[in-house]
Amino acid sequence: MVQQDPAPRSDWIVEVAGVDKSFAGVHALRGVDFRLRPGEVHALIGENGAGKSTLIKVMTGVYRPDAGRIRFAGEDRAFRNPLEAQAAGISTIYQEVNLVPLMSVARNLCLGREPRRFGLVDVRAMNRLAAEALKRYGVDVDVTRPLGSLGLGAQQMVALARAVQIDARVVVMDEPTSSLEPREVETLFSVIRDLKRQGIAVVYVSHRLDELYAICDRVTVMRDGAVVHTGEMAGLERLRLISLMLGREMSTVRAKGATAFGGEHERREGVPALRATGLTVRHRVHGVDVDIHRGEVVGLGGLLGAGRSETAKAITGALATDGGAVEVEGTELARRSPAAAIKAGVVMLAEDRKTEGILPNLSVRENISLALLPRLARAGVVSQAKQDEVVRFFMERLRIKASGPDQKVSDLSGGNQQKVLLARWLCLDPKVLLLDEPTRGIDVGAKAEVQALIDELAEQGLGVLLISSDLEELIEGSDRIVVLKDGRAVGHLEGDDVSEQAVLDTLATADPADGAEPTGDDAQASEDAGSAVRAEAAVPTEATEATEPTEPTEAVGDEHPQDRSRSAGHAVTKEEPR
Amino acid sequence: MSPSALRPAPLPAGPAPDAAQPAALRARLASHIQRRGALAVLVLMVAIASATSDTFPTWSNISSILGNNAFVWLLALGMTFVILTGGIDLSVGSLYALGGVLGAYGAHTGGTWLAIVLPLAVGAVWGSVQGLLVSRAGMAPFIVTLAGLLGARGLLQALTDEGATTYLVPPGSAFRHLGAGTWTPVLIVVALFALGALLLTRTRFGATVTALGGNENAATLMGLPVARTKVLVYVLSATLAATAGALGSARLGSGVTTIGVGYELTAIASVVIGGTLLTGGSGSIGGTASGVLVLAVIHNLIDHYFSQYGSAFTDTVNGAFLAVVVLAQTLLSRTRQTD
Repeated sequence: MVQQDPAPRSDWIVEVAGVDKSFAGVHALRGVDFRLRPGEVHALIGENGAGKSTLIKVMTGVYRPDAGRIRFAGEDRAFRNPLEAQAAGISTIYQEVNLVPLMSVARNLCLGREPRRFGLVDVRAMNRLAAEALKRYGVDVDVTRPLGSLGLGAQQMVALARAVQIDARVVVMDEPTSSLEPREVETLFSVIRDLKRQGIAVVYVSHRLDELYAICDRVTVMRDGAVVHTGEMAGLERLRLISLMLGREMSTVRAKGATAFGGEHERREGVPALRATGLTVRHRVHGVDVDIHRGEVVGLGGLLGAGRSETAKAITGALATDGGAVEVEGTELARRSPAAAIKAGVVMLAEDRKTEGILPNLSVRENISLALLPRLARAGVVSQAKQDEVVRFFMERLRIKASGPDQKVSDLSGGNQQKVLLARWLCLDPKVLLLDEPTRGIDVGAKAEVQALIDELAEQGLGVLLISSDLEELIEGSDRIVVLKDGRAVGHLEGDDVSEQAVLDTLATADPADGAEPTGDDAQASEDAGSAVRAEAAVPTEATEATEPTEPTEAVGDEHPQDRSRSAGHAVTKEEPR
Repeated sequence: MSPSALRPAPLPAGPAPDAAQPAALRARLASHIQRRGALAVLVLMVAIASATSDTFPTWSNISSILGNNAFVWLLALGMTFVILTGGIDLSVGSLYALGGVLGAYGAHTGGTWLAIVLPLAVGAVWGSVQGLLVSRAGMAPFIVTLAGLLGARGLLQALTDEGATTYLVPPGSAFRHLGAGTWTPVLIVVALFALGALLLTRTRFGATVTALGGNENAATLMGLPVARTKVLVYVLSATLAATAGALGSARLGSGVTTIGVGYELTAIASVVIGGTLLTGGSGSIGGTASGVLVLAVIHNLIDHYFSQYGSAFTDTVNGAFLAVVVLAQTLLSRTRQTD
């Protein structure tokens, strides 16, 4: 399986041999060999938890290996900290932009190696240097602005410029494109090609297979802390790559499609589990109607900024509405708040699990049973036994991989964290489940499991609303799709119409401005102070929605660097609505 | 993104595709007010006080504002560095008193040099212990320096036989000149603030301090000397506090043991009023200078106008003003986020 590399030993810039690393008894790396040639772009792939990040951290001095050795430029080296690795010429761009948002762009670029005159930092030279360096990467900004005022893409470019500026011989990029626009990805690629020409080796970690095939020369696949394949990128079939990562047979991957969704669900007639009519949120949602029956998955399609998350939030009452009604099984909700919605049986899995869902320092048990506690309590006292019973049931049912109910949730992988959140809502025995990007930022295997779960839940009679930027997931997962554009429902797809082409056609042809203007929409002043501020900033033109980084529509997720990992599939969200 | 010819930086926000102009402008304005707000308030207060009061703009009043308070402002100078890293130093009030006693003791037993070196050395050692506990042992700054507050006060009690012994600075000692009059203290403090500003904005140490408070994880991964810098800010703060105390004793002529209680809180208040974020990562020495002056002028005005109500009133107004400033800061930073 491992291809014999023809290059002689001395040609390696980095050699990792037989490295072991474990954390609290759990093996993160087992006998890992990894070698890097100067001037090559080397893809490092694997599911989350396969050990990629650990390997990178061992190479760059963040962790020290338990066993094995690391040779750099033919010499045995053990970097004690990132500074030593940087000094030797290994620089790293981490997945989450690791810069200081409050400091200026120039400061960030030069931190730790500012140009000095008479012992003092030469601010002018620093700013000039920074501006010149950034211009090379197509970023033309005022370098004295705080870094945080830049878009995430531009921030990533600053991180890149910083990494390359130190006389790097190896540049490690951990998911560098997860927050970049397609145009910026091109810039990144040209920078990488430039690095290649200079003989600099690049380690490229990404979940996006298209990118790997576009830029990488060789590939190392990791699984469960070990290297399972190393070889040339060209000639490696895509399906084979996926099956190497997943450890599944290629035929299974082929037969089952890329997602784990089954067929269509039987639609149950009668009163819909949830009926939302005329939902209106000033400037963002304009009279959207959604029906969800028990046992079906309704997809919400649309581009970034179309108002999908806002629609879901308006249904639960998390976002103050300016109009519209929500009925649950025929009964209209009088009060509109998340608490009222939960009481009525409507729960929502928020898009950003790190800031809107998980309580990282609490245990799996606490995270699952949190919303349930009021119901378990009798006279204010919670029965531990009952709580354990529920937690154990859902951990088993959702196949949550944790050492036990007492493990801290922050120690779990992204996929398992998502399952914990799902369990939190499911144990409330809801009628309707609203899922906002349920598989974003989790690895391929866990993604499939979550998808299968959604399927199973619908089969058991739950009404599901699915929001996904991954078109494939949306199409395969949904029985019906409501397509949103600029806050209006512009298409309802059912049956055979639920296809990639139909969604794209609807988006391309529909002109929401033709639709009837909802009454009093813009005249109604929002009582919510927060949304009033946002409404001010929200210029309702398409161009700004696509480029404005702090645009508080769906791009809100982008303000949190930890949640930048876009779906690996179709980059629907990246396209500008026309 | 236009391939324009090389121009010297900085470019005006230019054709930046990543931010709409008005939003960026508003954010900049907000950040400007946040940074210079204290200065604006100071100018406003001085202008109003000068216009409405005959006694405020007199030299004797101004010199009493400056001369009597100047050394205490050094606590805020050191505190600025600590808060910028995201920490806090509660020990400075006690160290101020300890420094005063050590200064007087030094002048009493060994002359001017000992009076200067002794507090400096004790402050530096005290600060490095606190810094090491924070950075190496990973203890919370609040707890470490709270222990420091109690410990320094205790040491002070031991040195002075529980306040029974008061060390006097000999009347003829050159040490006394350091604290005499208005100009000497003001010049010393201005020089130290200027050095502090230089240290913060024009050295790698200063950049690391700010980076550390802004994103410690990033600072570590960038290979900045995080641990060392953390120790150094506590050393700086404690040393400045002890020095300030020693200079204060030079002015007062003796080491007063009851002095300094609550000074750490005034220092923190000055820093925050000066626009430094309590969470670290953003702030300036100039802001702190404005902050200490604002508090000093408020004190003076309250003493002047409301003295019949007693000093309790001073603290209440002080507290209210601090609350207003922090509230305004919060609102401003919220504007910055949502814009």
